[in-house]
Amino acid sequence: MNVTVLERSPDTAAQSKLGYVDCDVHIYPATPTELDSFLPERWRRHRAMFGGRSRQALSYTANYPRMSPQVGMRLDSWPPNGGIPGSDLDFLREQLLDAFGAIHGVMLPLVGRCSDERNVEFGAAMCTAVNDWQAAMWSDREPRLKGSIQVPVEYTEAAIAEIEKRAGDRRFVQVQIPPRSLEPLGRRRYWPILEACAANGFPIALHLGGTNGHPSTGGGWPSFYHEEHPSYCQSMEALVTSLVVEGAFERIPDLRVVLVEGGFAWMPALTWRLDKHWQRLREEVPHLKRPPSEYIRDHIWVTTQPIEEPERPDDMLATLEWIGWDRVMFSTDYPHWDQDDPRYAFKVTLPEPGRQRIFRDNALEFYGLE
Amino acid sequence: MSRHVVAEAGEIAPGSCKIVTVRGREIGVFFVNDEYFALINRCPHEGAPLCRGRLFGLMEADRPGAYRLVRKGEMLRCPWHGWEFDIRTGQSWCEPDSVRARTYNVTVEPGGTLGKGPFVAEIVPVRVEQNYVVVEV
Repeated sequence: MNVTVLERSPDTAAQSKLGYVDCDVHIYPATPTELDSFLPERWRRHRAMFGGRSRQALSYTANYPRMSPQVGMRLDSWPPNGGIPGSDLDFLREQLLDAFGAIHGVMLPLVGRCSDERNVEFGAAMCTAVNDWQAAMWSDREPRLKGSIQVPVEYTEAAIAEIEKRAGDRRFVQVQIPPRSLEPLGRRRYWPILEACAANGFPIALHLGGTNGHPSTGGGWPSFYHEEHPSYCQSMEALVTSLVVEGAFERIPDLRVVLVEGGFAWMPALTWRLDKHWQRLREEVPHLKRPPSEYIRDHIWVTTQPIEEPERPDDMLATLEWIGWDRVMFSTDYPHWDQDDPRYAFKVTLPEPGRQRIFRDNALEFYGLE
Repeated sequence: MSRHVVAEAGEIAPGSCKIVTVRGREIGVFFVNDEYFALINRCPHEGAPLCRGRLFGLMEADRPGAYRLVRKGEMLRCPWHGWEFDIRTGQSWCEPDSVRARTYNVTVEPGGTLGKGPFVAEIVPVRVEQNYVVVEV
């Protein structure tokens, strides 16, 4: 029986002031047309007349209920003054940033279908619009919130132009790429984008999502959301493997990647397996000069939510040890239904200085924040 | 143990909840199928405001394809992660032996009786002609 449960009494105000960095905050436009004001007229008209075209059967919603618009939110996150969860800055401050003393919140917008858009010019325009929207509507009004640069991964020139345009703008801390792209991210077609990220000092955030038209599991389309949710881990495993084995880290030594919302307890097992097979199959991939585990250790970070809750809570400590206490960063995923509370996400007391690293220092260092 | 007047009878609409603070504790008082229930407003999993979740019936299946909806309105689903709790016992459906939300005894008392005490009525003023919901904490 897997029992991981909160048996602590309510925290005092002092205990709740953790002073942490939240590496996964979702923001939404207050109205469906809010993003339009950030689009040039050409694309505003296109959006109104034709709308988006992504690589799945459904429009304006997703294949699973959680990801449908306005569903799958934490029930108490609906702003009291109206609008959808994550669209009201004051309420987001009250419920998330101020409640537990967040130093920074890293925004990962899942709006605009930027990278999924088949009309890549429209996709590029939506990326620019969402980036300008993050800066104007969020970071400028609340400097604790940092943006993630949206790029059209199937339109290399536009993606690089967008990255270069934001270089040096400290309102943005990373480039966001959906893990479900057309091909695994380590493929050479994506290297120019990955190089541009590294050259301009941006790490890459792989936040679960993307509709590439492929089934979300290696075994085909799942029937249930219960099956879909753990498939995020499979997506992340595929991308980590691709980035390592294709040689992306060998080619781009400064490339840093953070996996967001894909779990992390699978990583040690994947690492062991990759190393084992490297010892036997190395000749096939002679561009790998070191065991895969070393590339992973040097280039990959993970965020915590949706956190694993092992049957024996202490097993979490061994998992963190295997991954590296300096490679794990706390995230809430506010305001989604499966978000984690910074006070209670870990079912085991973390020792110092590991706790402070996971909640604060790793992210400050990774993003170059103070 | 003290008894607290938390609402007038009839004040809590069928299928809804009133959240009250009694001795520093937030408690959700539910009126479901003509009965009152009270649970602590705090999920034992990650501390969410449990009583702001939705009431629903228990979905059961003996085998794939054979479903039935029973005990309508008697299960409370946490507003964060969707853990299911029995409002009669506070037990978690998935972990009934080990995960439980604190429940409180609720009764309906006539105002005339309440006037004689020992009751604490700091939340609701008591009139003789009314009936009141009383929670034991």
